[in-house]
Amino acid sequence: MSDKQYIYAVARIRANELSLLNNAFIDQLIGAKSYDECIRLLSEHGWGDGTDRTAAGMLACERDKTWNLIAELVKDMKPFDVFLYRNDFHNLKAAIKETASGTERDGIYIDHGTIEPKRIKEAVQAREFENLPENMRAAAEEALNVLLHTGDGQLCDIIVDRAALEAIYKAAGESDNSVIRLYGELTVVTADLKSAVRCQRMKKDRQFIDRCLVPCRTLDIRRLAAAATEDDDAISEYLRNTDYSEGADKLKESPSAFECWSDNLIIRAIKPELYHPFTIGPLAAYILARENEIKTVRIILSGKNNGFSEDKIRERVREMYV
Amino acid sequence: MSLATALALIGAISAALFAGIGSSIGVGNAGQAAAGVVTEDPSLFSKVLVLQLLPGTQGIYGLLISFITLSQIGIMGGSNPTDIGTGLQYLVACMAIAIVGLVSAIQQGRAAVSSIALVAKRPDQFGKAMIFPAMVETYAILALLVSILAINGIA
Repeated sequence: MSDKQYIYAVARIRANELSLLNNAFIDQLIGAKSYDECIRLLSEHGWGDGTDRTAAGMLACERDKTWNLIAELVKDMKPFDVFLYRNDFHNLKAAIKETASGTERDGIYIDHGTIEPKRIKEAVQAREFENLPENMRAAAEEALNVLLHTGDGQLCDIIVDRAALEAIYKAAGESDNSVIRLYGELTVVTADLKSAVRCQRMKKDRQFIDRCLVPCRTLDIRRLAAAATEDDDAISEYLRNTDYSEGADKLKESPSAFECWSDNLIIRAIKPELYHPFTIGPLAAYILARENEIKTVRIILSGKNNGFSEDKIRERVREMYV
Repeated sequence: MSLATALALIGAISAALFAGIGSSIGVGNAGQAAAGVVTEDPSLFSKVLVLQLLPGTQGIYGLLISFITLSQIGIMGGSNPTDIGTGLQYLVACMAIAIVGLVSAIQQGRAAVSSIALVAKRPDQFGKAMIFPAMVETYAILALLVSILAINGIA
């Protein structure tokens, strides 16, 4: 698609970037005395639609606003499907668990996906996996069988998460936009690094670690898996020789500092899109920035709701795009 | 019509044609960006309009050279060039603004799109935003000067 077709869209995104939350606002939210004060600050900033003042309602409304804006700007939403795969696979997990337990629960499905949650639910319940997209079929069948035969929810999650990462990596790799390709790579890198550290802490065996890690361009997962069977120092040592050497120091600092650093990888990588005027990149970056701020606000609100100290919340808060 | 006049006429038409194409692309691109910004903030209309118009000047320069040439080669006035060499000289003289006008208008349009984005984010920096695309204008003016001097020299 020609660059020119995004000039109007990028200009609108630039104007919308003014209302993105910056680090100063996030500091203000963290410093708020209570959960209610956070909600008030967000409302004053234009979050929510003024009717639903619950955190869930406000965050869902903001997600709707983002996708409605993008749908208004581009005719073909296909390039952005890669950002919705996580939701699809989340819905798949929900459908598998619902089917295995034989119970139905409200509010476990996410609306924003590339396929209707209802379609996933019906396909899983009827074991008609051919009705699912190709990248879901095998994982759906395997995860459901594992859950039914062993009751191992963790293994079921790993199978679906791995399929989700593989789907994201494949779709992003086929994109002609560098931001989307970068998103694919860094999503897998972030997941692999977090999995390796968590597996190491939980003393998981090599077979389990190999099952968790997904191949990508900038990590040698064999070496990472080998390091994860040893200790933190081995993982740090491996990271020092990669593009992600900063993570080695963060890992020594604390597990949450490391997770926060790995979450920030994508936001830092997309920041140059603030200055690109023609391509689809700024649109993709805007979606990621909005998802990042929704995630960050959720962390802050849940921290406030549970009475966490400012320092504890700050430790978990992600960097902002603007 | 003699071959000499035809060559001079090709030059005159090229000046208006290529510089005009460049300007229409530049203004069109800047217009898309301007419309995007005004959709979100209508109060910025006057500022982005100025930026949108900047790549339009090359088309005017091309038109000017075209008029000067037409008024000298017997189409709108003056006399027909007598030999192929003179016709060729008019053609080459017009090429300066035709080529530079085409390229600079497109590039100025791209700079204007970026400046419109700047104004969308920082409306108070409008003055600075205008300077960036205006710098590209320098080269269109130089080409215009060369074309005028060359045509006057031939006459």
